[in-house]
Amino acid sequence: MTIKLEAHRIGLEYGDPESDGRLVALNDVSLSIHENEFVSIVGPSGCGKTTFLSIVDGLIRATAGQILLGGTPVSEPGPDRAVVFQDSSLLPWRTVLGNVVFGLECIGVRPSEARERAAHYIEMVGLRGFENRYSYQLSGGMQQRVNLARALVMDPQILLMDEPFAALDAQTRELMQEELLNIWQASGKTVLFITHQIDEAIFLSDRVIVFSARPGRVKESVDIELDRPRSLKLKRDPRFHAYEDRIWSLIQEEEKPRAKAAG
Amino acid sequence: MLRESYLACERGILGALAMAVFLVAWEGLARGWWADLLQPALGTAANVLRIRPIFLASPSAIAEMAFQMYFVTGEIWPHLGLSAFEFVVGFLIAASIGIPLGLVAGRYRLLSYAVEPLLAALNATPQVALLPLVVLWMGTGLPARIFIIVLLMIVPILINSHAAVRTIDPKWLRLARSFSASEWRLFRTIVLPAAVPFLLAGVRLAIGRGMIGIVVGEIYGSAVGVGVMINQAGSTFQTTRVFVGILTIVVAGLVLSEVVRRIERRVEVWRPSTSADS
Amino acid sequence: MSAPMSMGLSKARPMPSVRLSERAQRQLVGAGTVVALLLLWEGVVASGLVDPLYISSPSRILRVAIDQFGSGAIWPDIRVSSIEFLVGYVAAILVGIPLGLMIGWSRRLNYLLGPFIDILNAVPRVTFLPLLILWFGIGMNSKFAVVFMGAVIPIVIATHAGVRANEARFIRVARSFSASEWKIMTAIILPGTVPFLFAGLKYGAGRALLGVVVGEIYASTAGVGHMIVEAGNLFDTDTVFFGVLLFMAAGVAVTTILNRIERHFDAWRPRGLAQ
Repeated sequence: MTIKLEAHRIGLEYGDPESDGRLVALNDVSLSIHENEFVSIVGPSGCGKTTFLSIVDGLIRATAGQILLGGTPVSEPGPDRAVVFQDSSLLPWRTVLGNVVFGLECIGVRPSEARERAAHYIEMVGLRGFENRYSYQLSGGMQQRVNLARALVMDPQILLMDEPFAALDAQTRELMQEELLNIWQASGKTVLFITHQIDEAIFLSDRVIVFSARPGRVKESVDIELDRPRSLKLKRDPRFHAYEDRIWSLIQEEEKPRAKAAG
Repeated sequence: MLRESYLACERGILGALAMAVFLVAWEGLARGWWADLLQPALGTAANVLRIRPIFLASPSAIAEMAFQMYFVTGEIWPHLGLSAFEFVVGFLIAASIGIPLGLVAGRYRLLSYAVEPLLAALNATPQVALLPLVVLWMGTGLPARIFIIVLLMIVPILINSHAAVRTIDPKWLRLARSFSASEWRLFRTIVLPAAVPFLLAGVRLAIGRGMIGIVVGEIYGSAVGVGVMINQAGSTFQTTRVFVGILTIVVAGLVLSEVVRRIERRVEVWRPSTSADS
Repeated sequence: MSAPMSMGLSKARPMPSVRLSERAQRQLVGAGTVVALLLLWEGVVASGLVDPLYISSPSRILRVAIDQFGSGAIWPDIRVSSIEFLVGYVAAILVGIPLGLMIGWSRRLNYLLGPFIDILNAVPRVTFLPLLILWFGIGMNSKFAVVFMGAVIPIVIATHAGVRANEARFIRVARSFSASEWKIMTAIILPGTVPFLFAGLKYGAGRALLGVVVGEIYASTAGVGHMIVEAGNLFDTDTVFFGVLLFMAAGVAVTTILNRIERHFDAWRPRGLAQ
């Protein structure tokens, strides 16, 4: 299998305004993601997983190391990567259609073509008939579908998902997870998924990468050897629980010393 | 810390720099520096940049005149005193009528419906258009000036105190009712505290309009008042004195808006700040 | 507080038919109050309690209006005042919005221009009338200037506030999609400022109208304000009130037009929360 994304010894430090010192957010993060692979990053809060995603996207520049996408170094945002942001990142003054074509507009795709391509992905996420709604008229789950379509329509080499379901209620979240898997399987994209929900990471991923507490490092990479296609029933499978226990204790190892330090 | 203080400094430095450049450019226009400088290049056309003192007083002349009027002859003080008096009395009258009236009108639904169109009409009208009527009714003396100030100030005070009550979250009222609070207690413990930010916003608007009231109310006056002084200086082409008058009103306006901002900050501690300070 | 979806509106709870809807009640009580006050005014004058020389009366004002519009005598004054308003106000919009966007976009430009804007904001711009008349004469030019100065400051400040209120997350989204600076300005910043912008435009319109009135009262040769002053000098209260009503109508008209335009640009905001 070919390697799609490679992060080579990524580091990020910046001046800390509070202590006048240097703050190390990420330290020596190396990982690679294969073509069509679904990889999640989990870790204790503040471990820099979202920051890492922003570095891959090119919004933040790493102070050390290199990101290679399909072999080419990445330094700024580009249409070869698309982010599904956390909740309410839809532009409220644009309709569903307007939001989905936004990225295409930015790279200068003709409006008629943009609308055509958008229609395809709006259909894929199941929002046909809602094209002219504004985001305040959509439920949280629907908003995240638009968010997903907005990223998919760019036809990126890799889809970067930044805790996209964090703000949804539990039931909607599970439905969206199942649906995301369907869409992923249909589109054949490579996905890097950030989450703080262990079960979500296991359920979705081929591999779960556990980050350490700050400074963020790759603590361990866990291969999830569960059959696909997966359904929500899988979450009650003993093998699923075994993965959950293992990843949970990996994160606990990181949380504990911090809890002690704080107490 | 270091970075923050640097940023704070940058604002001050750039602001002072811009002000200095502006004042020097202005001084140069009034004194013909730029005309002299560009004479070789532009010839007589450069004289466009030499502005006669009748049209433009130089900052240095204004400063000198201000010093004279404030500290040597002291002639500005009676003007300033009377205008300040008009303003304060006007504000007290507008607030003592406007706030209770607005709060009561907001508390009762039908009364609120009755006053809404009147408030809207009053708000859409430039009240200064009534000036000739006020002169007809009361002449051009102190009562007329105060009346104009009250007329201008009362509108935002009324509208905001009315809106303050209308926009109270009903859940707070339900809360008070479930504790069987009396109407007076409800008013004191819920309505009034919730209204304070609105009232202050109304006061802030009223202060700006009150200053307009001073200037407009004194258009017809012929004796004392900062507005009167500006008008008389203007009609006798004493441009330097006009600028001193305007400067006085600028300083008064800046001081007043700073005072209101301080009060607002003090009163609103219980509210999360809406403007990010970072 | 949840915003109703458009589908949900049809399920509004049924009202008992004997009771008026809240909206109808509101309009009825409002209109009733206005009519009652007008009748009271008319009655006080008709009964001879107050001399109409001081407070005129609705019927007398109506007669002046019919006269003025019938003979067409008022149109030149309306024309002058309208031109003064439009030229000054449109210039204020054309300068104010770009300036507000620029100082919102560039911190340094804001630091450079901020003190001037603060100073002009702290002082009523009509204070400058004596100077403006000295510079531009008593004709329309001085009115253009005072109307412009009155309106431009609130427009700049509101636009600036709108840019500052723009949420960083939307700009992040745009950058992630490799949007150009121009695209960020037009597709993210500008739409985000709309609510602020319209607040500023309405406030600015009020100040512009004020500039017309004060400018014409102060010194002028034509315009509705000029007509009011002349009528005042002749103790013609009816015409003074007629002039005041014209200004009121102008104020209402401008506000209504701006509200309409705002609603057009504002379809994306949940109704009910927009006000």
